[in-house]
Amino acid sequence: MQLHHYLIFSALLFAVGLAGALTRRNGILVLVGIELMLNAANLNFIAFWRFSADPQAMQGILFVLFSIAIAAAEAAVGLALIISIYRHYKTTNLEEMNSLQG
Amino acid sequence: MQDYLFYIFSALTLLCGALIILSRNPINSAMFLVLSIASMAGLFVLLHAFFLAAVQVLVYAGAVMVLFLFVIMLLDLKVEQRRRINAFGAVTGLLAVGVIVWVMVTTMLGTSLPAVTEVLRHEGGTEPLGTLLFHQYVLPFEILSVLLLVAMVGAILLSKKDLK
Repeated sequence: MQLHHYLIFSALLFAVGLAGALTRRNGILVLVGIELMLNAANLNFIAFWRFSADPQAMQGILFVLFSIAIAAAEAAVGLALIISIYRHYKTTNLEEMNSLQG
Repeated sequence: MQDYLFYIFSALTLLCGALIILSRNPINSAMFLVLSIASMAGLFVLLHAFFLAAVQVLVYAGAVMVLFLFVIMLLDLKVEQRRRINAFGAVTGLLAVGVIVWVMVTTMLGTSLPAVTEVLRHEGGTEPLGTLLFHQYVLPFEILSVLLLVAMVGAILLSKKDLK
């Protein structure tokens, strides 16, 4: 398996996540799409680490470890925001949250 | 053998990713996300990042997905199932996605990338990773723990009923 395969697969996965984040209107599913995009980026980091000149330095793996922790924090805060939005508007449809439109 | 596994895992991940977007019920979406994450852990194993594959399954398929499922079941989302996807958002979204994929793939195919040079010994193992994490990278590690604490306090505060 060459690096190209992993990069193209990760670009496709990123595209799937982006399509989910852009086309779905439910806030939770937008967050799911963002998680998919983060995963695609993580896979890129690992692929570049594996095919790098000095894999013993482990920088790609460490970066992905930090990135997974930050993604978990992001999911927790995002879902808390969605819960509080739901309390206020009684919906998670992002298109009905247009009170900043003026 | 590894090539076949790569194709199987990547096809499974992309298929489940597409089903996440297309399925009407949010719970089905979350379940397909579990499958997608798990097959991605298989890809991590193929890249010799064994510890990260375990972390991927534990953190994503375990913790984050339980969080998503709890929130989906907490909120009353029955209305979402009947609602159609709006045409304008779908067209603009898919257009943006197509352009991004085109840019990425043409860039990747236009550059020459390195192949694997030699066979490694401690490939993504836990022991050298832990040594690095608690010696050289101990400051980012501690900052990350503070970040997680802040996120936890913020999540509790945001989802409280009244902030008095």
